[in-house]
Amino acid sequence: MAREINKLNLQASSLITRIFILLFIIFMATFILGPLFWLAARAFVTSWTFPNLLPDGLTLDWWRVITGDESLKKAIRNSLIISPIVVLAASVICLPAAYAFARYKFIGRKTFLIGMFAANAFPKIGLFAAIATLYYTLNLMGTVLGVIIIQLLGTIIFMTWIPAAAFAAVPQSLEDAARDAGASKFRVFRDITLRLAMPGILVGMVMSFLHAFDEAQGTYLVGVPTIYTMPTLMYALVLNYPAQIAAVFSILLTIPSIILIGIARKHILGGQLAEGFQIK
Amino acid sequence: MANTAGEGGLQLVGLRKILGGRVIIDNLDLTVNKGEMVSLLGPSGCGKTTTLRMIAGFLIPESGRVMLDGKDVTALGPEKRPSAMVFQNYALWPHMTVFKNVAYPLKIRKMNKQEIERRVHDVLSVVNLMHHVNSRPSQISGGEQQRVALARALVQEPDILLLDEPLSNLDAKLRVKVREEIRELQRRLGITTVIVTHDQDEALSISDRIAVMRAGKIEQFSTPQELYDAPATEYVANFIGSLNSYPGSFNDGKLTSGEFQVGIRPEDVLFSEKQIPGGVATKVDRVVSRGHFFEVYLNRDDMKLRAFLSTDVPEAGAIGYSKVVKALLYKDGNLVKIIKN
Repeated sequence: MAREINKLNLQASSLITRIFILLFIIFMATFILGPLFWLAARAFVTSWTFPNLLPDGLTLDWWRVITGDESLKKAIRNSLIISPIVVLAASVICLPAAYAFARYKFIGRKTFLIGMFAANAFPKIGLFAAIATLYYTLNLMGTVLGVIIIQLLGTIIFMTWIPAAAFAAVPQSLEDAARDAGASKFRVFRDITLRLAMPGILVGMVMSFLHAFDEAQGTYLVGVPTIYTMPTLMYALVLNYPAQIAAVFSILLTIPSIILIGIARKHILGGQLAEGFQIK
Repeated sequence: MANTAGEGGLQLVGLRKILGGRVIIDNLDLTVNKGEMVSLLGPSGCGKTTTLRMIAGFLIPESGRVMLDGKDVTALGPEKRPSAMVFQNYALWPHMTVFKNVAYPLKIRKMNKQEIERRVHDVLSVVNLMHHVNSRPSQISGGEQQRVALARALVQEPDILLLDEPLSNLDAKLRVKVREEIRELQRRLGITTVIVTHDQDEALSISDRIAVMRAGKIEQFSTPQELYDAPATEYVANFIGSLNSYPGSFNDGKLTSGEFQVGIRPEDVLFSEKQIPGGVATKVDRVVSRGHFFEVYLNRDDMKLRAFLSTDVPEAGAIGYSKVVKALLYKDGNLVKIIKN
C-alpha cells in the first residue's frame, strides 16, 4: 500500500515538474520570439494599431520604399563592403598573435591576454569620444578607413582569444610529426595547424563579422554624416520614418546573422575535429 | 678509432642540453652501427626522450654534434634530417585518411601521383593495413593507428628510425606481439633504429644493444646478455633484472663482512634438498608462484636470499642446501669483481 502511494507521488511530482518546465519554455519562447514575431509582422503590414488583434492589411510597400531610396541602398552597400574588410583585417592582424599566444610562453603573455579585455571593459562611448579627438588630428573623421578601424577594435578579442584556444587545441605532436615528415614550418601551419584550428577561427570570424556589421555607436560618431552603415542609418530611420521601415531594416540586419550562424553551426558541431582527438 | 657510423649509422658526440635552467644531458656519447636496433632505457626524467628529440632535430644541443650517416646534422631542423620518428601518441592527422597520412611525406617531396600510390600501398601491405586504406584514424584501433604511424615513417625510407615508447599505449598481450613484429620488420629492412623505453623487458627482448641511462648520462651501453651478466654499476644491476643486495664481501660461497656491496641474481641461486658441493644449510621461508617459475625465499645463516626456480621447487618450510653460483661485487656503485662459484 505504502509503495503504491510512493509510486503515485513520484509520478505526480514528475508530472507537475513537467508541466512547470513546459510553462517555463512557453514563457521564454514568448518573451524571446514574441518581439521578433512582432517585428517581422510589422514589416509586412500597412498599419496595425492597438487594440486590434489583426493588422489592417498586408503589403510589400515598405520593402519597395527601401529598394527605391538611394541613401538606404548606399548604407546597405557600405555595410556589406566594410564588414568583410574588417574581418579580413582582423584576421591578418590577430591570427599570428593568436598563434603566438597558443604556442609560445613569452614575457607579458598573461598581461596581454587579459589586457585585451580593457577596451571592452570601458563604456564604449567614452573610448570612442577619445578616439574621435585622435581622428580629427589624423584626418580620419568621416573616412572609410576611420570606420574600419573603429569596428576593428571590437573584433580583436574575438580574433585572438577564440583562435588562440583553437590553435592550442591542436596537439604539438601533430605539428612535430609534419616537420619530421619533411614539411617546412610554413607548410606545417598551413596543412595541419590552420586546417585543424579552422572551426574555431571561423567562429571568431563570424563573431567579428556580426560585431562589425552591427556596430553603431563608434561608426555613428566617426562616420555621420559622410558615411552611413545599416545600423547608423537605423538611428535616423527610427526618428524620421514610420515604424514599419525600421522593422524592415531590422529584418535586413538580422539576415546575415542567421545565415552565418547556420553555416558555422555545421563546422562547430561537425564531428571531424572532436572525434579526431580521441587519439589513443 | 674506426668510424663505423659512417655508413647509415648514428653518432652522438659530446651532447649537452639544458632545459628550463637544468642540465638534462651532460656530455653524452653514443655510436649506433648501421642496421642496429638500440634502446635508450631508463626511468622518467633520465633524459632518454630529450636525447631522441635531439637526434630527430626537435631540440638543438647547447654543445656537441649529431652525425647521421656520416654527416653533421646538428644545425638542421627535423624536416631536413634523414630520420623518421614514430611518436608515443602516434600523432596521426585526424583530418586525413590513412592513405593521406602515409602519403603526406611523399607529397612534400613532390612525387607524382602514381609513384605515391604505389609506395603507400607497398608500405601499407608490409604493415598489413591495406583494408583500412581509406579509413580515418578515429575509425581504427590503437594498434592499427600505431602501424599507420610506422608506415608513415617507413615510407620516407629514412636512414634512421626513431621510436618513442612504441609499446606503452598498448595492452600487455598486444605488446608482446607488436614488439616481435617491430623486431622482425627492422631485421628485414635493416634500418638503423633507436627506441626509447622505460620497460626493461621490452628493451631486453628486441635490442641489439641497450644504453641504460640515468640523470642524463649513459651508465652502460652493451648487449642485453652482457648487461645482465656483468652490469657495470649497481644502478644497472638493479634496473635490469632483479638483485639480492647486501653490504659486505663474498668468500667461500658465503656473505662475509667487507667494504663492497654484494649483488646476487635470483637466477644464480641453486637449491637442493640433498647436500651439494659448496652448499650452505638453508631453510625455505616462502614460495610464490609466478606462473612459469617460482620465487623462493631462502633463509641461511649468512643472509636471506630470493631465488628463481622452475624445476625441483621445494615447499615452504623445507630444509636443504643452497649455493650461490655467481656474485657481483660493487664498490662506490661500480662493478669491481665477478665471483663465480
